Amino acid sequence: MSVMTPPRSAARNAGRAPGAREKFSDWANRHRKWLFAAPAMAFVGVLIIFPLAWTLYLSLTDSQGSVRAATEFIGLENYLTVLSDVERFWPAVGRTLTFTGIALVCEVALGMGIALLLWRPFRGEKWVRVAILLPLVATPVAVGMMWRLIFDPNIGFANQLLAAVGIPAQPWLSGQDTALGTTIFMDVWQWTPMVVLILLAGLTSLSEEPDEAARMDGANAFQRFFFITLPLMMPTVIVAILLRGIDALKTFDILYATKGKGGGSFHEVETLNVYAYGLSFDYNQYGLSSAVLILFFMIIIGSMWLLTMRKKAVSK
Amino acid sequence: MKRRSVMKYAAVAAAFSMGLTACGGGSGSSDAKESGIVRVTLANHVWTEGIKAAIPEFEKSSGLKVELTQLGEDQLSDQYNVKLNAGSDEIDVMMYRPLQEGKAFAKNGYLADLTSKVSSDSGWDWKDYQEGPVKATTADGKVVGVPIITEREVLYYRKDLLKAAGLEVPKTMEELEAAAKAIKEANPDTAGFVARTGKSAAVTQFSSFLYSFGGDFTDSSGKSTVNSAAAKEAYAFYGGLIKNYGPANVSTDMSWPEAMAIFTQGKAAFYTEADSLYKNATDPAKSKVAETVGFAALPAGPAGSKPYNIPSWGLAVNEASGNQDNAWKFIQWATSKERTLAAQKAGVPGPRASVWADSAGTSTYPKDLAEAIAASAKNGVGHDRPEVVTVGKAREIVGEPIVASITGADASAAADSAHVAFQKFLDSEKK
Repeated sequence: MSVMTPPRSAARNAGRAPGAREKFSDWANRHRKWLFAAPAMAFVGVLIIFPLAWTLYLSLTDSQGSVRAATEFIGLENYLTVLSDVERFWPAVGRTLTFTGIALVCEVALGMGIALLLWRPFRGEKWVRVAILLPLVATPVAVGMMWRLIFDPNIGFANQLLAAVGIPAQPWLSGQDTALGTTIFMDVWQWTPMVVLILLAGLTSLSEEPDEAARMDGANAFQRFFFITLPLMMPTVIVAILLRGIDALKTFDILYATKGKGGGSFHEVETLNVYAYGLSFDYNQYGLSSAVLILFFMIIIGSMWLLTMRKKAVSK
Repeated sequence: MKRRSVMKYAAVAAAFSMGLTACGGGSGSSDAKESGIVRVTLANHVWTEGIKAAIPEFEKSSGLKVELTQLGEDQLSDQYNVKLNAGSDEIDVMMYRPLQEGKAFAKNGYLADLTSKVSSDSGWDWKDYQEGPVKATTADGKVVGVPIITEREVLYYRKDLLKAAGLEVPKTMEELEAAAKAIKEANPDTAGFVARTGKSAAVTQFSSFLYSFGGDFTDSSGKSTVNSAAAKEAYAFYGGLIKNYGPANVSTDMSWPEAMAIFTQGKAAFYTEADSLYKNATDPAKSKVAETVGFAALPAGPAGSKPYNIPSWGLAVNEASGNQDNAWKFIQWATSKERTLAAQKAGVPGPRASVWADSAGTSTYPKDLAEAIAASAKNGVGHDRPEVVTVGKAREIVGEPIVASITGADASAAADSAHVAFQKFLDSEKK
């Protein structure tokens, strides 16, 4: 609230000296496009551009142990080390893409289905919507802890449920081959509601006429969805993929909360983000970690660029 | 009208950006120094709970004010990594793990030299501290920390299960294996043995097995020895116990909370773990086996019973702190003989010889645990993980064969490849 105090006193002071006030107003009016954008630009500069430039600089040095220790400029050596690392880096890239890809497909498909169900008004609609949004508002670490208990191989609820229907116990998060799939399931559970929200907003803004016309022409529900609704919804679907995709690529919280540093004893859920975290906070290899982060940043930018291009093509 | 609104927005914008700058600034150290505030960062631990309750006593006697930050182990490490790296003076006293972070912190110059301070007060008595813990908080001949908590690996076991099977408490590793096997066979739902399984988390508890089989992580010249015959045997034995007699569907991510939960839920007969965690097993509120848990010294391997005996936590002063004298006053109070005895009575094994010599110091411990601790302190080894700078990475390397052995992979081959990786790592640290 203290933020509001200066403008008032500034206005009062300005009232006492009209000349200065007019002078400032003139200047402000002439430069308003810069003036209004200044806080945002300062924000971007300090909190985005500077850290990014610093990371880029660190990635070209052998910084390790302490960031204040003397470092040597080693050019692209960190990048060569990272790109030739088939034990940790490339598997992490693979896991990041697998995690994002599968989670996205499931979330968009499920999200579309649920959005279609909620599209038309029905009794108790509000309650259903609130229930669907619940996973979205839970904090990821709490979600991680909750699923960790449910999926515990010995005392967890999931295996008790399986036992009740006669299916043998599964290792879930503890299994080398099942851990990644389980975390994908958790991500889908938590983030499908967000996709539903976006798609529902898109659906409600669609005009009724094309659908009605198709109905008059005798198109069945499937035909109307695949040839009318979906093409019209495509820009919204791509926005949903874009937003969710960036987030899924950067997933860290549920992975760390369920499997800890290094993504498990076999690095079974170690994505690029978890790997970079381990490099800086566990190994203190800041140069190498920065190189991983810069490459990761390029992967994100690259995939988003491809999607934006696709969106443009669809919009045309 | 238009002008006025432009003015209004400009002023709000300016105030907002100023607000942002204010948010970015840290609290000045000079204020803290003048007002006599000591900023203390501690880990979540039984020891911390005791100190927290007693802080008003310190504030009253010293006239200083304590600002306490309390964090979980991992968050604490991350906090130090960020703040100490940035040269922040916002921390005066810090609780740290001498064997995990000590070397790295000392190398980076984060820890203030306390050598003259510890020897200045004969009443506080630095000579009272056990040799092993002191060694771990000394770097390059300088004292950089004061140990507060020590621990040794002991055997937790279920008296009722042993009695039902007509077995004695195992004294050797072979007896342990035979007992675990017998109990698992007699009770299919109960594991014979449980211990940590996570690649990194298991290293410390595996270390006692390694020493008892006659191995170590490195030799006296600092070369890797994780593929020695003794080490291979130890890897196979520890992993084999869990694989053959451990819980069904055993996870390879278990640290102590998970392994302890299995034991305290009554689902395992034997459990090897740090003695400092014993309250988790004996407290009826946390443990279903509080009445039936027993303690014994680590069974002897071919080289005898050689558990680790280490200082798990210490207190240090931040080198960048402008408040080092007051920070030392806090440490001096928190580690005094009286406070160490009080902590020990509350279940935190202390590093001072006097509290162990005093019968009041062991009065609250289960009798068998006190005996196990006394035996372990005698034969103990002063480290429970590789003594290197980047301990996190080293633990992952030497922990690989443990996981391989638990999952039934070729532990001997895993030890060979861990040896190559560990030697490479050791060479890179020498550079």
